[in-house]
Amino acid sequence: MSPLGRYFHPLSPAGLWLGAAFLAVLLLLPVWGGSYVMTVATTVFYLALIGQSWNLMLGFAGLLSIGHALFVGIGAYTAAYLFAAVGLPPIVGVLPAIALAVLMGVLIGYLGFRFAIGGVYFALLTIAFAEFVRIIVDHVSWLGATEGFFLKVSSADRHGIDLVNLRGAPEMYYYLIMALALGALVLCRFLLRSRLGYYWQAIRDDAEAAEALGVNVLRYKMYAVIISSGMAGVAGVFYAFYQNSLFPEIVFNIERSIEATLGSIVGGVGTLFGPIFGTFILTPLGEIVTEAIDLLKHWGVIDPQIKLDGLKLLIWSFIVVLIVLFKPKGLWPWVCSRLRLTRPEAEG
Amino acid sequence: MAALLRVEGVSKSFRGLLALNDVSFDVAERGIAALIGPNGAGKTTLFNVIAGVFQPDSGSVQLSGAEITGRRPDEICHAGIGRTFQIVKPFAQMTVLENVTVAALHSAGAVAAARAAARGFLEMLELDTKAAQHAANLTLPDRKRLEVARALATGPRLLLLDEVMAGLRPSETDRMVATLRGLRDETGLTILLIEHVMRAVMALSEHITVLHHGEKISEGAPERIVRDPAVLECYLGDQDR
Repeated sequence: MSPLGRYFHPLSPAGLWLGAAFLAVLLLLPVWGGSYVMTVATTVFYLALIGQSWNLMLGFAGLLSIGHALFVGIGAYTAAYLFAAVGLPPIVGVLPAIALAVLMGVLIGYLGFRFAIGGVYFALLTIAFAEFVRIIVDHVSWLGATEGFFLKVSSADRHGIDLVNLRGAPEMYYYLIMALALGALVLCRFLLRSRLGYYWQAIRDDAEAAEALGVNVLRYKMYAVIISSGMAGVAGVFYAFYQNSLFPEIVFNIERSIEATLGSIVGGVGTLFGPIFGTFILTPLGEIVTEAIDLLKHWGVIDPQIKLDGLKLLIWSFIVVLIVLFKPKGLWPWVCSRLRLTRPEAEG
Repeated sequence: MAALLRVEGVSKSFRGLLALNDVSFDVAERGIAALIGPNGAGKTTLFNVIAGVFQPDSGSVQLSGAEITGRRPDEICHAGIGRTFQIVKPFAQMTVLENVTVAALHSAGAVAAARAAARGFLEMLELDTKAAQHAANLTLPDRKRLEVARALATGPRLLLLDEVMAGLRPSETDRMVATLRGLRDETGLTILLIEHVMRAVMALSEHITVLHHGEKISEGAPERIVRDPAVLECYLGDQDR
């Protein structure tokens, strides 16, 4: 089998064609999509990257994190600060960004696993650390504290392609995050088929049995946290240079951490394509809701004075409740079997 | 014959309740030994001490003369002891083949080699037709077989089997007995089993250790054990009263 064929092995011919068509549409998106569509699509891939990072921990290794904004935020602040303070270009700055995010992951992981803090309590530990770091950054003046940290950007920066300094046209950011998200997909698939993937799933399903079969549970849980936090750190670097402004109240907000989980929950925790699939449903849906409300206001159906800021979150929550109630394994496995996108007995 | 496993003066108590009291016994290299006793005798606790799940309060466990007392379960697996769980612990969301592959990865260098090795163990335990099923969908006897296949796939020198015959039909028990004896004869595997199915114990074991209330009350050849008054008394009660 060709190397490419091996990557898509679980997809059926129908799944392959549909996937290829989907990919073609996305690759050609900048040709027909306006700036708004591009922004939404960029956000989708950005969240898909974080979602995959989160899914690697819970879906593959059974470790629940509700503090993933922490790893993203540390990556973002590290690369942004090094760029602003010493002019380190983000293509290099991504390395210390990953290193610090991983260091944080190792710290949380070690505390959690060494002292056998499992399940929900581990999740609480991740929340605690995310809040802890948020409060610290709130008080560090050289990181802008609550006032925010800004990267200089001129109108000349908005054209062309400068991947070294992550400056360029919206299309560059779009293709970059698309490449990163798809790269993460290939990485996850590779990991899932490796020794790591087997051991992680064994630990997820029954840690005691895994240990009896010779798996060093602490070490392999640690690998999951390291790879996951590193991936989230990369997403953070992208975020910093895409947004050019970082506020601790936004970056480290628990809402960001929850956002990281939603795509995977809707798509299917533990599946390969679930996080991407879920984000492709949720994010556009959120936008459609916002647009629909604006339209209704415009037509005078709804009083334009009414503020409906939380409605998007409300609808997202409602969808998550429906998914958990009726399709607890997520939509991807269900869609797969309905449309016969994957071959039987191969998991998505 | 030299002892592969030596358990020496092992005691273990849980919150003051003495589960094992100064238990000592040897398992001969290439031998098949059984550990029997009424419910609550401490058999599974002893397995867990040998496999590293529990630390003994006192005493020691040696494998081929090397001290393994108090080591972690994964280290003991590496030392050469494979074990099954009485309350089966399949990796429910993984397929049967993947379950055994996890274990085979222990000695295999690459995933492909481990999968190939795993298929061999599935055939041995008559699970090959169910390789692609999720372990969650297996029947209890099949889960017991999966436990054995996984433990074997780690390539152990000593196999600890905790009630793997329970729930099997007599004909299936006979096949499992034949499989285990064949393994011992071909590969030189040493087996220590906890079993209530006397049909299997009598057919397989060359040496039996009897536990009662955490203490060893008898040991020896099967023919002797079934006539030992102390053993009969612990199972059936005092005949004279």
